[in-house]
Amino acid sequence: MLAAENLECVRGGRDLFSNLSFSVPSGTLLRVSGANGAGKTSLLRILCGLLLPNSGEVIWRSSPVRKQRESYWRELRYIGHLAGIKDEFTAAENLVFAAALAGVAVTAAGAREALDQLGLARFVHMPVRMLSQGQRRRVALARLALPDPAAGLWVLDEPLSALDTDAADCVLSLIDARLAAGAVVVMTSHQPFTVAAELRSINIPV
Amino acid sequence: MSIWTRIVQRDLRIAWRRRSDALSSLFFFVIVVSLFPLGVGPEPGTLRLIASGVLWVAALLATLLSLGRLFAADHLDGTLEQMLLAAEPLWLVVTGKVFAHWLTSGLPLVLLSPLMGLQFGLEGEEIAVLSGALLLGTPVLSLIGAIGAALTVGLRAGSVLLALLVLPLYIPVLVFGAAASGAHASGLAVTPHFSILGALLLASAALSPWAAAAALRISLE
Repeated sequence: MLAAENLECVRGGRDLFSNLSFSVPSGTLLRVSGANGAGKTSLLRILCGLLLPNSGEVIWRSSPVRKQRESYWRELRYIGHLAGIKDEFTAAENLVFAAALAGVAVTAAGAREALDQLGLARFVHMPVRMLSQGQRRRVALARLALPDPAAGLWVLDEPLSALDTDAADCVLSLIDARLAAGAVVVMTSHQPFTVAAELRSINIPV
Repeated sequence: MSIWTRIVQRDLRIAWRRRSDALSSLFFFVIVVSLFPLGVGPEPGTLRLIASGVLWVAALLATLLSLGRLFAADHLDGTLEQMLLAAEPLWLVVTGKVFAHWLTSGLPLVLLSPLMGLQFGLEGEEIAVLSGALLLGTPVLSLIGAIGAALTVGLRAGSVLLALLVLPLYIPVLVFGAAASGAHASGLAVTPHFSILGALLLASAALSPWAAAAALRISLE
């Protein structure tokens, strides 16, 4: 469903990777590994369309992403290093807005339920600036727990970092459920993890 | 609810929760304008002559001061990245943000301008011309400023570069905005100046969201 053809990325005069090709069928998790600075985040940003590859093409549902950007983004959910949440807002407000950007209609009750799944039930109406680093991360990841049938592709940059084991298990079970629904998940992780679905790996050499 | 109204609502809510930010550029405007009578002297004829120019330049600088807020905070916390990947076109998001920016920075200047005008000894009709020109001109300042803010988002010396980029582009607005008051003072019709300001507003409303959206994509690469 998702494929990359001969991707090449040059950042700051350094060739991060070239001739990188892979394809990921529906219901499969792609794990991107590599040392720090190898270009994992750059690859994920290229897959999202935030960064243009120096050459090569990202293919989604057998047509190039650059020709169908908005319909691609309607299916894409990206959670990067930055949480994408506002300190001034409560966890619930953040979630409702993030969902609206992605084109998903979410009620306050739906947001509360998603936050509850990530163990944030007591913090729903607290401004995010009061929360700890791990809790903020959970607020960002609560987007994955929203009812969102349109999401065909999750791109997650280190989703398990800064999480305790309970939250990490919760995120992995959400990933499993999404994969079972036929989506593609691309993620990086320095922690070992297991999923029930098929797993592919690519390694970016330094 | 469309993404546009969502963005406007959200940015207004942020502005309300961080009202000191919006208030500081408003106070900057008031203080800059109030310094001129002290520096130039209390001669009523001179003050009336310079009133519109002073208010316009102060409005330009106050807008510039608030432009840093337009995308910088969203860039730092990663929300801007999410906006780039939104299901709706980016220019729609940008338009919403610019409109909210004008409501919190441009519109207060327009509303304060009659009071500032009184300080310079302006009278009824003169104040109406000045405030009317500001009402048409300040949205242009927000719209053009959005392009500069989008180009400089994430840069270290961003605020200085932003001023260098944006201030020259503000010159037409300044010229025709201030000239409306000048024309009125010399008994000429003000409608041509208002028409040009209106044309500038329409042109920048049509072009700048699109340019700012393209600039954001380049800046965030």
